[in-house]
Amino acid sequence: MIEQLITSFIASAAFGMIFNAPRKSLMKCGFVGMLGWIIYYMMVENQLDTIFSTVVASFVIAVTGQIFSKIYKTPVIIFSVAGVIPLVPGGMAYDAMRNFVQNDYNIAISLAAKAFMVSGSIAIGLVFSEVINQAIRQTQLNRLNKGQGR
Amino acid sequence: MDKQLTFTYEIMDVCLLAGKIMLQSGAETYRVEDTMTRMAAAFGFSHSHSYVTPTGIIFSVEGKEPTKTKLIRIAERTTDLEKVALVNGISRKISSGEFTADEAYQELKIVERASHTYPLWVQSVAAAVSSGCFLIMFMGKWPDFLPAVIAGGAGFISLIYFHRLVPIKFFSEFLASFIIGLLAFLFVKTGAGMEVDKIIIGSVMPLVPGLLITNAVRDLMAGHLVSGLSKGAEAFLTAFAIGSGIALVFSIFAGIGG
Repeated sequence: MIEQLITSFIASAAFGMIFNAPRKSLMKCGFVGMLGWIIYYMMVENQLDTIFSTVVASFVIAVTGQIFSKIYKTPVIIFSVAGVIPLVPGGMAYDAMRNFVQNDYNIAISLAAKAFMVSGSIAIGLVFSEVINQAIRQTQLNRLNKGQGR
Repeated sequence: MDKQLTFTYEIMDVCLLAGKIMLQSGAETYRVEDTMTRMAAAFGFSHSHSYVTPTGIIFSVEGKEPTKTKLIRIAERTTDLEKVALVNGISRKISSGEFTADEAYQELKIVERASHTYPLWVQSVAAAVSSGCFLIMFMGKWPDFLPAVIAGGAGFISLIYFHRLVPIKFFSEFLASFIIGLLAFLFVKTGAGMEVDKIIIGSVMPLVPGLLITNAVRDLMAGHLVSGLSKGAEAFLTAFAIGSGIALVFSIFAGIGG
C-alpha cells in the first residue's frame, strides 16, 4: 500500500517531466497521480469493476486538476495528463498485442476490447467532471454579467 | 480602411501563432479553438471561427470587410505542457487587456522560440524511474525493479536517438520497443530478472500513447470527430509499432527455442 503510494507519486511526477510540465507543478502532478491511482487501486482490491473504478478515479483526477488549475492559474491538462497516466491500460494493450502474436485471437480481442473500454472510461471520467465544471462556471457567469456568457 | 485591414491581419496572426504553439505542444483541439476565439474576441472580433485538426488550423475573422481566412499546417507535434501553460497565460493577459496585439505577438514569438525542455538525461532518468515504478504498480516484484529501470531508460533514449536518425515516428517507436523487449528477455535469461511480462509492461509505459488515446476519445465525445479519429489513428499506429517491436523479440526467442 505504501509502496503503491510512493511509486505512483514518483511515476506521475516523472511523467510530468517527460511531458515537460512546468517545474513548479511537478509535485502537484505527482499528487494528482497518486490520488487517482490509490482510489483505483483500493476499488479494484475490493473487487469492484475495473471500468467503474477507472471512471471514478479519472473523475477525481479531473476534479482535483480543475481545483489546482483554478488555484495556480494553469491549464487543467497539465494535471490531468500526468494524473491519468497510471490508469492508462498500457499493460492490457500489451497483453492483447502479445496474444495476437501468439495466435490466441480470442483472448487478444477480448483484451483489446477491454483496453478500449478502459480508455473510454478514462475519457468519460474526464468529460463528466468537465461538464460539471462548465455548468458551475456558466451559472456563475450568468450571475456575474448577464449576456457576457461564453 | 487600409489600417483596419492590417489590424485584422495582425490579430489573425496573433491568434494563429498562439493556436499553432498550443497544438504543437500537445493541447487538445477544443482548447486551441477556445483560446483562439477568446483572443479574437478580446481584440474586438466577436465573430471568428476556428477549425482545428491535429494537422492544421483554419481560422477566419469576420470584420467589416469581407471575411478573412487563413490556414496553417502543423507537421510536428510533441508534448510540451509548459508552452501550453505559457500561451494560456498570454491569452489571459490579452483578455484582461494587459497586452496589445503587438506585445502579445512578441511574447508569443519568444515562447515559440524558447526551449523549455528538460535536458535529455533528466528526461531519460525520469522515464527510467517511472518504468520501475510502473513495474511495482502493476504488481511486479522488487527484484525486477532494476531491470525495468534499465530497460525503460534504454528504450526512451533509443526512441529519441532513432527519432533523430530517421524522422519517422513509428520506426523509432518500433526499434525502441524492440530494444526493451530484447533487454527484458536478456535480463530474464541471465537470471537478473524474474517476469518478462512485467518488466516489458513497466518499461514500455513511457512509450505507450496513453495521452493520445484518452485525448482521442475525449475529442470524439466533444464532437470533434475529425481530430478524434485522426488522433485515434495515430495512437493505434503507435500501439501497433510498440506491439510489433515486442512481437519481433518474442518470435526471435521462440525461434531459438527459449
